[in-house]
Amino acid sequence: MRFTLSSDFAAASDVQQKVMAEVDRLGYCAAARFAINLSLEEAIINAIKHGNRFDLTKKIFVEVEINALRTRITIEDQGTGFDRTSVPDPRSEENLERCSGRGILLIEAYMNQVKWANHGRRVTMFRENRPDICPDGRP
Amino acid sequence: MPETSTPALVVSEQKGIYVCEFTSSKILDESNIKEIGDTIGGLIDGREYPKVLLDFSNVDHLSSAALGMLINANNRIRQKNGQLRLSNIRAAILEVFAITKLNKLFRILSTRDEALASFTH
Repeated sequence: MRFTLSSDFAAASDVQQKVMAEVDRLGYCAAARFAINLSLEEAIINAIKHGNRFDLTKKIFVEVEINALRTRITIEDQGTGFDRTSVPDPRSEENLERCSGRGILLIEAYMNQVKWANHGRRVTMFRENRPDICPDGRP
Repeated sequence: MPETSTPALVVSEQKGIYVCEFTSSKILDESNIKEIGDTIGGLIDGREYPKVLLDFSNVDHLSSAALGMLINANNRIRQKNGQLRLSNIRAAILEVFAITKLNKLFRILSTRDEALASFTH
C-alpha cells in the first residue's frame, strides 16, 4: 500500500484506518495490533507537526507492506529533518513533566526495529506478528 | 443536517471530586484531545483546590498527544495545590504509562472507588 498525504490529521486518520483494516483482516494478535496502530499514528503525527510543520504544500509519503508474519511501514516527510541523537529522553527526571516529546520513544518501544534515514525525514519500522507469544493469546 | 456529537468527556461530581469519564475508546484525535483538555481546564479553573479523577474504563488506545494533555492537566492542578487521580486503566494502556515512566508522575489506582478514597481533604 502506498499513500501520499497532505499535512493534515484527517488524511492521516484515513490512512490509519486502511492499514489497520488490513492488519485486522490478517488476524494480527492484539499486542502487535496495538503496537502498529500506535506507532503509525505517532509517526504520521510527527511528520505533520515536526517534519512538515503543518505546511499544506508539503507531502507525507507512506509505504506499508503487510503479510501475516510482519508489517513494515516507511513514512517520509518533506521537512528539514532532525538528528535522532539530539532528541532528549522524555523519561529523565527533568523532562518528565514536559507535555511533548514521547512519540519517538513509543515508536521505538513498540516496534521490533526502527531505522531513521534521510536526516530524520524518513523512518522505517518493523513489527512481527507473533500470536504464539502474544500475551493475550489471540488469535 | 449537522451530526449530534457525544462529548468526549462526561463529568459528574462526588463529594467535591470531579469524576471524569472518557466516552471514546481512543483518545487520539487532536480535536478530541483539545476538547478534553479544555473541559478539564475549565474544571481546574473553577476551583481553588481542584480534585479531579479521570476514569479510563472506556479507553483502549491513546497517543503521546493525549499524554501531553494529561501532563498539562496534572501541572495545572498541582499549581493550585489540587489533586489528580487516574483509575481503571487497562493493561495495554498501563504499559504506555510504564514505558514513558509517567506512572511515576501520576497517582494511578486500580478502581474508581480506590481512587475516590485516595483523595485527601
